Amino acid sequence: MSGAAALDIATTIAGVLLAIATVCVAVRIVRGPSTPDRVVALDMLSLIGVAVAGLAVLVSGSTAFVDIALGVALVGFLAVVAFAGFIERGAIRGDDGEEDTP
Amino acid sequence: MMAWIGALFLVLGAAVCLVASIGVLRLPDFFMRMHAATKAGVAGAGLVLIGIVFAVPSFEVAIKVALANLFLLLTIPVAGHLLGRAGYVGGVPLWRGTERDELAGVLKRGAFDAPHPDSRDNAKPGGGGPA
Repeated sequence: MSGAAALDIATTIAGVLLAIATVCVAVRIVRGPSTPDRVVALDMLSLIGVAVAGLAVLVSGSTAFVDIALGVALVGFLAVVAFAGFIERGAIRGDDGEEDTP
Repeated sequence: MMAWIGALFLVLGAAVCLVASIGVLRLPDFFMRMHAATKAGVAGAGLVLIGIVFAVPSFEVAIKVALANLFLLLTIPVAGHLLGRAGYVGGVPLWRGTERDELAGVLKRGAFDAPHPDSRDNAKPGGGGPA
């Protein structure tokens, strides 16, 4: 088996593994039970997005997807930091609709 | 040879990502889930990116992947600490097997959304979806 064929097979296997990982994280986002749990799952989802953008380099043959991986990592970090600020100030109180902003 | 190493790194990174996601799904506590997502998540995504360098050997890709890995290693711990502090201050229930709460008198805890703070399964009446 040549190296290119091995790379093809590895890309497919990695894609399947990442798909299963995405399903696990999506179940956690739906199930909760609290908002920080969902934000952690969102963080993990953005990391999976980085890995998928890396795989897209091999699938498409265009190295521009490395930049996209960098961008996804940046946006995921900012999202988590913003959500952490909101949770700590008490602007988000679970998903029962109760809000008390100090 | 380079392609074989790249394939190894790709599968390894995706497997670590899968382990991290199973941890996010299965661990009983918010703080344990955060531990799985931040540590193993960074390792998985970083390994996949390193695999790209071996699969597509060019200087440009190597520099960008190094930058992305550095960025991940710098930012994800910061995000994890902020989120852990926010969750603790917000009052996320600890697992009922928790032995010590070192922050107990250091940070003020609010009441988040849990009528039974020692168990995750009866944390929310009617909201949590299928258990």
